Amino acid sequence: MAQQAEEDATVQVPAHVEYDKAISVEHALTLLARYGPGARILAGGHSLIPMMKLRLAQPEVLIDINGLTDLCYINLTGDQLRIGTLTRHAQLLASPLVVEHFAILHDAERVIADPIVRNWGTVGGSLCQADPSEDLSAAFAAMKGTMVIRGPRGTREVSAREFHTGPYETVVAPAELLTEIRLPVRPGGGSGYQKVARRAGDWPVGAAGAAVWLAGDVIADAGIGLAAVGAMHFVAAEAEEYLRGRAATEESLLRAGEIAASSCHPVSDQRGPADYKRHLASELTTRVLRIALARARGQDRRERA
Amino acid sequence: MMRLTLTVNGTEYSRDVEPRLLLIHFLRDDLGLTGSHWGCDTSNCGACVVWLDETPVKSCTVLAVMAAGRRVRTVEGLASGGELDPVQHAFAKCHGLQCGFCTPGMILTARWLLDHNPSPTEAEVREAISGQICRCTGYENIVRAVLWAAQNAGGA
Repeated sequence: MAQQAEEDATVQVPAHVEYDKAISVEHALTLLARYGPGARILAGGHSLIPMMKLRLAQPEVLIDINGLTDLCYINLTGDQLRIGTLTRHAQLLASPLVVEHFAILHDAERVIADPIVRNWGTVGGSLCQADPSEDLSAAFAAMKGTMVIRGPRGTREVSAREFHTGPYETVVAPAELLTEIRLPVRPGGGSGYQKVARRAGDWPVGAAGAAVWLAGDVIADAGIGLAAVGAMHFVAAEAEEYLRGRAATEESLLRAGEIAASSCHPVSDQRGPADYKRHLASELTTRVLRIALARARGQDRRERA
Repeated sequence: MMRLTLTVNGTEYSRDVEPRLLLIHFLRDDLGLTGSHWGCDTSNCGACVVWLDETPVKSCTVLAVMAAGRRVRTVEGLASGGELDPVQHAFAKCHGLQCGFCTPGMILTARWLLDHNPSPTEAEVREAISGQICRCTGYENIVRAVLWAAQNAGGA
């Protein structure tokens, strides 16, 4: 027993858990219904397994969906890019469709975790983990995406901007499964993402993603997503509103950054003080708006974070 | 307990395991393949990198049961017919290992990189190993070793 206690003190392993493997989406839903709220979906596991080691998550049953390769896709259907939620981060990063239509996702994936974690971590897993610092949540919010959720009563769609209900909380009910993200491909658009992190692969101190859609030299519509700085639903809605219908000038972009910073609520933590994060929210918003604008105009301008 | 069957370095193994068992512990403790190292346990350091089917993963963050029916490749599976893999040879040649702790993960990532990009730039090598930590801070020689392997063995 003493030896066991000593081992427990030095070894981080998940607590006892049951395990089942889903062989189809329907089967996953059946298993979720059978096991109830004590069950958790296991995708890449790169958020869930570390949380289980620390006892921050203690599911009774894991339902492994890694065999559901029919949830692994990125395709263009009509004017929508559709991403299956078991798509690995590395696949999203490597996708030519993503580079062509949603540079914001490509930018974000380059700085999500590290290349090895991206090999196995999934898009849906990251979204459902719903960490307030998660990059794709901000990127999909900026792009005004739609989440497709399947459950016992069929399929429902939820705006990316209503997907998160709080830190580590989403609208996905215990019996439901997030299966797809849909992003509208709209003409005249450009997008970009930047993050400031303390070291390669770390969570952001602050991060911003932006999309603009131009009508001539006027910003017809804009989307701004913020991660790690306490933005409600990962969105800087007031800054978006300010830009809508405004001339695409440097002055507008600077002002939008200021508005984004004033509307978020960063907290001081080990990654930095709140006032620095607020500064980042402003500066990064303006920078990604510049990049998005350049890309919308067909000039692929890249800046260093 | 549940029955786990998988292939490691070309050999099929079947063992009874608890679902919570991590792949790194399965490899080291159940199969005795201690070449893969168990480091930070938080998917930061990459000492535990092995291939799962065709991709490198951090095996401290994968349950052994998730590897059921899959192929795992560890550092023990790199040498062939008594000949070191060119990447292993390069690490020896260029002093790419100091204490050796990060080495198995670094080598498996390097092997994957060269399989997909036989002539990487220095920046590409550094990006590829950016999720792995060398506690001797010997990155310079690790990068040199990967580049040497690319240049002197055609990456193969």
